[in-house]
Amino acid sequence: MDTLTGSIAAALQLMLGADPMLLGIIGLSLRVSLVAVLIATVIGAPIGAAVAVGRFRGRRAAIVTMNGLMGLPPVVVGLLVYLLLSRAGPLGSLGLLFTPGAMIIAQAILITPIIAALTRQIVEDAWSEYRELLVSLRATPWQAARTLLWDTRYALSTVVLAGLGRAMAEVGAVMIVGGNIDGVTRVMTTTIALETSKGDLPLALALGLILILVVMLLNAAAFATREWAVRKYG
Amino acid sequence: MADAIIATPLLRVDNLGYASGATRIIGGVSFALNAGSRTVVLGANGAGKSVLMRLLHGLLPLASGRVEWFAPNGRPVVQAMVFQRAVMLRRSALANVLYALTLSHIPPTDHGARAFEALRRAGLEELAERPARVLSGGEQQRLALARAWAIRPDVLFLDEPTASLDPAATRDVETAILGIEQDGTKIVMTTHNLGQARRLADEILFVDEGTVTEHTPAAEFFRQPRSPEAAQFMEGELP
Repeated sequence: MDTLTGSIAAALQLMLGADPMLLGIIGLSLRVSLVAVLIATVIGAPIGAAVAVGRFRGRRAAIVTMNGLMGLPPVVVGLLVYLLLSRAGPLGSLGLLFTPGAMIIAQAILITPIIAALTRQIVEDAWSEYRELLVSLRATPWQAARTLLWDTRYALSTVVLAGLGRAMAEVGAVMIVGGNIDGVTRVMTTTIALETSKGDLPLALALGLILILVVMLLNAAAFATREWAVRKYG
Repeated sequence: MADAIIATPLLRVDNLGYASGATRIIGGVSFALNAGSRTVVLGANGAGKSVLMRLLHGLLPLASGRVEWFAPNGRPVVQAMVFQRAVMLRRSALANVLYALTLSHIPPTDHGARAFEALRRAGLEELAERPARVLSGGEQQRLALARAWAIRPDVLFLDEPTASLDPAATRDVETAILGIEQDGTKIVMTTHNLGQARRLADEILFVDEGTVTEHTPAAEFFRQPRSPEAAQFMEGELP
């Protein structure tokens, strides 16, 4: 109990004092996750929309695969990216291993199926509602796709926020490919893991509290966006 | 030449058929419709009225037969359709009408004026900026009519447009339909409601079990239908 209260006090001190090391770690976490989610959205959202509207052989298999990939074990993704980027690996010459770039790649791989699968669900629901109208108005497939993405933009923004929450909280993959190097690839989750094992509980706890706060804020933002859009657009 | 005076139809349907799996929904349907009148497709629930409309409008693929359109002056026939449950885009009422205009043949410079005119004639100008999906059922259906109206179609299909509306909203929708017809649009509408058919029809296309049993001027149909199926339908109607 003493350890816990003492740690919380120290954690608050770190947070209120805007400790530079703490800020650096939080900043890197945000940077890596934001870029990874941006990449995942650019790749995943069009794939999800295409699978939602398209009628092609293997569509069911594509949906099952996308849904399955949502549960990719992060450590395994970390291991695969590690093998790809390691000196002897096929992409070793890029020299990305143990850099934030490697962490972005691993997180983007983890988040893309999530964005694609959730986008597919949202766009497909909208399509089943709009299909007859859009065909009746003689919309081309391209016009139909643009309309669906525009009309579901608020629901899709919550998908992006969900992806960001997942990326921020992820530890296994970034630990392996980033190496948890102090000041270079140390993010919130990896620091918590390391400091806990070292016994520096205040820093771990401060980061843990901030991480929970960030994830809660992201989810609250997603919820509020959806509520607002439903009130405004029905 | 007497033949030259006979008007070409707007639409000719020849031996139309549609099946879902092994079940025949529509079969052996042939008829022709002229421009500029109100055709009511009458029949019981499940007779195939909605499927017939969707085949004519091109929402369903034909299993057999053909649908031929004859444009008034050589340009493609402009079609529009209003559904039983109005499909509203997640935008304002005005934006819903503008959306239909942007997909149409109408030059962009006319869109604003046309959209406002359509909303005004549907009695919706006050609600132009309101999100379409929060409007009442009757308002949504009138907005669907305004959206169809704005593109000045040669033919407007309506599939049970008042089936889920109360009497007051039904009257508003029927008034709007008459207004659209006065602008020269051919009306093709399904209903299972005899009163509505009496109020709106110039001619009746009676559908029973996936076939058209008769195609009769409305006055004659309501005096005495030609087909036994239609006679039976009329007898079964509640007062």
